[in-house]
Amino acid sequence: MTRSILLVGVGGQGIILTSKILAKALINEGFDVKMSEVHGMAQRGGSVTTQVRYGEKVFSPIIGKGKADILVAFEEMEAMRYIEFLNPEGVLIVNPHRIHSAPISRGASKYPDGIIDELKNKVNTVVINASEEAKKIGNIRVQNIILLGKLAKFLNLKKANWDDILKNNIKEKYIDINLKAFETGLNF
Amino acid sequence: MKTELLSGNEAVARGAYEAGVTVASAYPGTPSTEILENIAQYKEIYSEWAPNEKVSLEMVAGTSIAGARSICAMKHVGLNVAADPMFTFAYIGTEGGCVIVTADDPGLHSSQNEQDNRYYARHAKIPMIEPSDSQEAKDFLIKAYEISEKFKIPVLFRMTTRVCHSKGMVTLGERKEPSFKKYKRNISAFVSTPANNRIHHSQLEKKLKEIEEYNNSCSLNKIELNSGEIGIITSGISYQYSKEVFGNDASYLKIGFTFPLPRDTILNFSKKMKKIYVVEENEPIIENYCRMLGLDVTGKEKIPVEGELNPDIVEEKLLNIKNEFIKINEEKIVSRPPTLCSGCPHRGIFYELSKRKNVAISGDIGCYTLGSTEPLNAMDTIICMGASISAAHGFSKAFEKSNQKIKAIGVIGDSTFFHSGITSLLDITYNRGNAAVIILDNRITAMTGHQENPGTGYTLKGTETPEVNIENLVKALGVKNVETINPNNLKQVNEALDRAIESDEPYVIITKWPCALKKLKEEEKENFKKIPGIFKVNREKCRKCKMCLKAGCPSISFDENIGSIIDEDTCVGCSVCAQICPFDAIEREGDQL
Repeated sequence: MTRSILLVGVGGQGIILTSKILAKALINEGFDVKMSEVHGMAQRGGSVTTQVRYGEKVFSPIIGKGKADILVAFEEMEAMRYIEFLNPEGVLIVNPHRIHSAPISRGASKYPDGIIDELKNKVNTVVINASEEAKKIGNIRVQNIILLGKLAKFLNLKKANWDDILKNNIKEKYIDINLKAFETGLNF
Repeated sequence: MKTELLSGNEAVARGAYEAGVTVASAYPGTPSTEILENIAQYKEIYSEWAPNEKVSLEMVAGTSIAGARSICAMKHVGLNVAADPMFTFAYIGTEGGCVIVTADDPGLHSSQNEQDNRYYARHAKIPMIEPSDSQEAKDFLIKAYEISEKFKIPVLFRMTTRVCHSKGMVTLGERKEPSFKKYKRNISAFVSTPANNRIHHSQLEKKLKEIEEYNNSCSLNKIELNSGEIGIITSGISYQYSKEVFGNDASYLKIGFTFPLPRDTILNFSKKMKKIYVVEENEPIIENYCRMLGLDVTGKEKIPVEGELNPDIVEEKLLNIKNEFIKINEEKIVSRPPTLCSGCPHRGIFYELSKRKNVAISGDIGCYTLGSTEPLNAMDTIICMGASISAAHGFSKAFEKSNQKIKAIGVIGDSTFFHSGITSLLDITYNRGNAAVIILDNRITAMTGHQENPGTGYTLKGTETPEVNIENLVKALGVKNVETINPNNLKQVNEALDRAIESDEPYVIITKWPCALKKLKEEEKENFKKIPGIFKVNREKCRKCKMCLKAGCPSISFDENIGSIIDEDTCVGCSVCAQICPFDAIEREGDQL
């Protein structure tokens, strides 16, 4: 049985690194893994998504609508944009952090209110303010690893050693804060 | 055996290494760029960025004729640029194996069209191989060299965005030690005169028949027999989508060697099936071939020609199953279009162009394509690499004939100018045109993720090299009016634009400032000194006029109650907004308030 995780957010939030670490953990666990990213024009301040699929043998690298088991949204509105990819029985992990897109910044649109409430009404939603928690630890940039920690709790992998994988994939001087971030997410 | 999680592009690079390739060349283009970036990591392979795809293909053709294995890689539209040498290279053939990688972009993730380059194999009469995942990208590439050398013909290796940019597990192998053929001059074999190539054409037709025969028993094609009810004929990523949807409920003929198609294999497989689907992305190429063989197949009447394929489409169109998914209030989703970055050196020029009346702006391929988006809207047309300048020349001639007082302006980046803008500018000077040209020199090939180019002073391998002086180059092409300005200085930009628009002669403005995301080299830190400090809005002076928003900077937002707000985390201090503000309300932090 192939399982699918969709990570969505905005460029600069550390999504690519998160999915790379996630993929390594799933490989450690003994799964076949496929992962898909979007590059180029789509990256310049636009939405960023990565798709991670794992199981005994994975075919399609991309996830169909209603087929993701877990959706991890690094930003509120992005959760809304990609919610249709989540299985109605799946889990949404959402960081209630707002990043204005260009039409909002220039006043052509307003950032929509009530997103989290609407999502909570539709699907099993776990809200974790990773951006705030990351600031408390000392650097907003570790918000991604806090979300990864929360995701790890749902994955409940038996063999993967997350600490070792984090240590091997993060620059040495940032390891401590990232380990702390992972722990924060895991225990949130 | 060691396994690694590799993208399709990384796997192609690994394949080139294992196949004993010694020479590689490319021009960057999404989704192909990482192929050469990764090949460059292998010290055994000479690798380079060529100024354009045509040059890269010609370069590796030379390597092949000289007897060594070579590879070039490009995005789908790059193959249009390289088509000229490819067609004739097919006639004269290879000595050392040669693979041309085309990375197609169904769905136009980052391209100006979604052309299906499988047609090129048929048109140029060269074999085509299509992997469906990373492991195959590596294994099939190694096989491609065997085929290239066996039949003395270049091989077109077709990837698509999802194969290029998806990662999968790959089992690594050892590098085959390169074997070089001793070079000997052979005029009748390698000189493309009409007399020689009449013979080569006839040989090529014979080769294609032999290759088709070979392909009927080639290991690159795979039959998976399950039920005889449904048979799916497919190739590339479409195989993965079919398998995802049908699993073991259908039988598969997965074609890895897709030109010339394996006639007997297709006929034998089809005989055993009651119903045959051809699942392919974009054009009905395998489908049309099946029909030519007299087979009753279902393909494009169900699967759309346009757009990227995915498992949902296969499921809905062939099985009539629509997935349940969560429906939400779409009003709660605001678009998040790509924008020029904070501090982008292109912003000043497009902001000033956006205010000009009676100009027609012909744009080009690169980050500055975003000059066409809200709120700048400073563009009239974009066609392809290099077309900004030549199309501007065409605009100017039309305006001249129709007596319209509109100034034609071509806007092009540094790398794109080297790629194919130089000859376009020559068209203007040679023919005494008067279109103005702006060359946006941001010291890097930015859109594809920061590759070096002939103007940066470094090669793909990071070696120092003489840097092209664009101003001197432009002068050598016959342009008398050239000036280099700092695009973050709006006064300079405006004055230069005035002069260019008024001029009756070819006029070139070069804007020189590094991409805001570029990691500057020591000498660049010296040449492009940034004044330290970011900007903030002085609340007492801000009159909420929203003028600063017209620059479209992602660091600036507006709140009716507060006024303009500059995000201190992302502002890089370019000062463009401060120059726009009519009330001097935007001030550099640290300056006296």
